[in-house]
Amino acid sequence: MTSMKRRIFLKGSVATGAVGMAISAGLLTPRMVLAAWPKAAFEATSVDAAVSGLFGSSTTTGSDQIKIKAPDIAENGAVVPITVETGVSGAESISVIAEKNAQPLAASFVLGAGAEGYVSTRIKMGKTAKVTAIVKAGDKLYSAGKEVKVTIGGCGG
Amino acid sequence: MSIKMRAAAKDGVTTIKALISHPMETGTRKDKKTGEKIPAHFIQEVVCEHGGNTVMTAHWGPAISKNPYLSFRFTGGNAGDTVKLSWTDNKGNSDSSEASIK
Repeated sequence: MTSMKRRIFLKGSVATGAVGMAISAGLLTPRMVLAAWPKAAFEATSVDAAVSGLFGSSTTTGSDQIKIKAPDIAENGAVVPITVETGVSGAESISVIAEKNAQPLAASFVLGAGAEGYVSTRIKMGKTAKVTAIVKAGDKLYSAGKEVKVTIGGCGG
Repeated sequence: MSIKMRAAAKDGVTTIKALISHPMETGTRKDKKTGEKIPAHFIQEVVCEHGGNTVMTAHWGPAISKNPYLSFRFTGGNAGDTVKLSWTDNKGNSDSSEASIK
């Protein structure tokens, strides 16, 4: 099922999908399209669609091997520091999702040669929401979440 | 646009800390004077290389804060080694910077 979905996704996005149309419409030039950038996942408007777009499946298992460091209250939603540490063995990637953002997926870090299960960055949050970290290891997805209260949203203007 | 990067090794683990100057426009913000939407302009990919290997590939959406901060760790780096950080944004712009591990 997983590979089926991926195949449909690939076919759709490369051959006739939005990317292809955008290129032919002159909105994007080919050099702007990064082959590996998971466009469908970043443009997804729901958490499930974002996770499926990234991994082909949205089934995650809660794990106490993932620690999220984020403020309980973020006064400025434009700059919310997030640190994710994981002890999950064989971790391949760490993705950060702000559940209430219009486009929930903020970042996906692919761990390369020798990378430790640790990433830290700063994200924008539109409103109070759970921040979820998803760690991929083998064919399994592990997740953990932390609620961050946002006083002033950081996505509009 | 610039990249500020530090790489420090301790007990066999190298910690990279980087600050990239970039507007990271979401595409939903409006210009207060004209009322027109400011087009999306954000970094999509950041790659860090060490010793011929890619140690980290970060895929980002517009929800990463303006002037992004990034930190991560990897094993196998030694003091004096060079690490290279490069980014590419949705307009096809890119930049890279090198630092030696301290």
